[in-house]
Amino acid sequence: MKTAAAIVVGCSTGGFDALKVLLGGLDPALPQPLLVCCHTGSETVELLCELLGRISPLPVVTAAERHAVRGSHVHLAPTGYHLLVESDRRFALSTDPRVNHSRPSIDVLFASAAMVWRETLIGVVLTGASADGAEGLRLVRRAGGCAIVQSPLGAQVPVMPQAALDRAGADYCVPLDDIPPLLNRLCLP
Amino acid sequence: MEPLGDELARETIELELFIQAMHRRHGYDFSQYAPASLRRRVRQLAQRLGCDSISMLTGRALHESQLLPQLLEGLSVPVSDMFRDPAVFRALREQVLPVLASYPQINIWQAGCAHGEEVYSLAILLEEEGLYERSRIFATDLSANALRQAEEGIYPVREAKQWSRNYQAAGGTRSLVDYYNARYDLLKLDDRLRRNIMFAQHNLASDRVFCEAHLVLCRNVLIYFSNPLQDHCLALFRDSLVRGGFLCLGMCESVDFAGNAGDFAAVDAHLRIYRLAAKATAMTAS
Repeated sequence: MKTAAAIVVGCSTGGFDALKVLLGGLDPALPQPLLVCCHTGSETVELLCELLGRISPLPVVTAAERHAVRGSHVHLAPTGYHLLVESDRRFALSTDPRVNHSRPSIDVLFASAAMVWRETLIGVVLTGASADGAEGLRLVRRAGGCAIVQSPLGAQVPVMPQAALDRAGADYCVPLDDIPPLLNRLCLP
Repeated sequence: MEPLGDELARETIELELFIQAMHRRHGYDFSQYAPASLRRRVRQLAQRLGCDSISMLTGRALHESQLLPQLLEGLSVPVSDMFRDPAVFRALREQVLPVLASYPQINIWQAGCAHGEEVYSLAILLEEEGLYERSRIFATDLSANALRQAEEGIYPVREAKQWSRNYQAAGGTRSLVDYYNARYDLLKLDDRLRRNIMFAQHNLASDRVFCEAHLVLCRNVLIYFSNPLQDHCLALFRDSLVRGGFLCLGMCESVDFAGNAGDFAAVDAHLRIYRLAAKATAMTAS
């Protein structure tokens, strides 16, 4: 693929623990933005940002409506809204109906990011108990982007990565611990 | 397979033509809607109406005028929940209504009311605070179909549990069950709640101010608009509000790029509750 311009990440059940590993292992020099859709239970996204911010070498913030996507930042989709990216690389939110019983939906984020970044996008699907993200990852690949799926074998809940593999396939299917070094390698010059 | 770039470029043209058709044929201008969501909705609308492409949908939009209500419904605000974001309704109850209570007649404009979940939530708040008899709620939406549904006040009963939790968290003094009858898988809200609600079609993009409001609620509507249209709507709300009137937006909405936001002062920035600042100052001075 071409040099990566952005990374989108989707996870659900078990996602918080997985994100700790993923974000914790990132190189602080990473210039790309990360856009994360994590189905949370009752926790607010602000709390999630705070907890993950303690581990992540990159600042973790809630994706802010109308604001520009920022490089070297981790943006989390706010609870209760679909997160989309406009072609001018600004965030948009929507309260349209749930997709795959989810809002935010990984499919919605990945689909809109794939339209914007096309072959410079990396999509990552982690642990989860639904099939959300599978169609989105297919679109990431269709646009020429790179797909990374956590190995279902070691995933806390294998349903989501398995669904992604079945529907989209993957350029890399690796254990969680190997994902941060892989991202660092793909993203750093 | 056609390269995705070509497909998207073609679809962008199709979307532009659809927007033009809606404007020129039906007088509804969607050109200032935020593109990412609009594209999703138009795609879904095409799919729902059995069209293989947006062009096909455009053809139908041009030729079948009876399709307009369905088109508008598909392009307007989606459903909400009763007492969605309970903290907001609690703040309305505890901080806003006590101020509004000083007016002999209270006018509230809910812009983009969709199926009316939040309109009835407001009516319940006003009822419980003893203000409903002298209140009028103007509930407007772009979509006549949505308004018809809102007027009926009938919702899936599976929502009742979550809505009851919201109601309690919003400081409800009774039980939400007191306000509806459930039958089969539907719940119907008490007809009496509707007595001071006026439902009317209104297009934020093109229609003018129609009432003098003490409170404007417009939650999760402007998120679908571009910056200029968002700013235009803030001007509408400003012009509609009385001195010191309140504005309540959705909890994740940003007004950081809207010049007219300067006319409002935050009452609670986190909950997106504002007060008309310029006129409020005038009120203090008088």
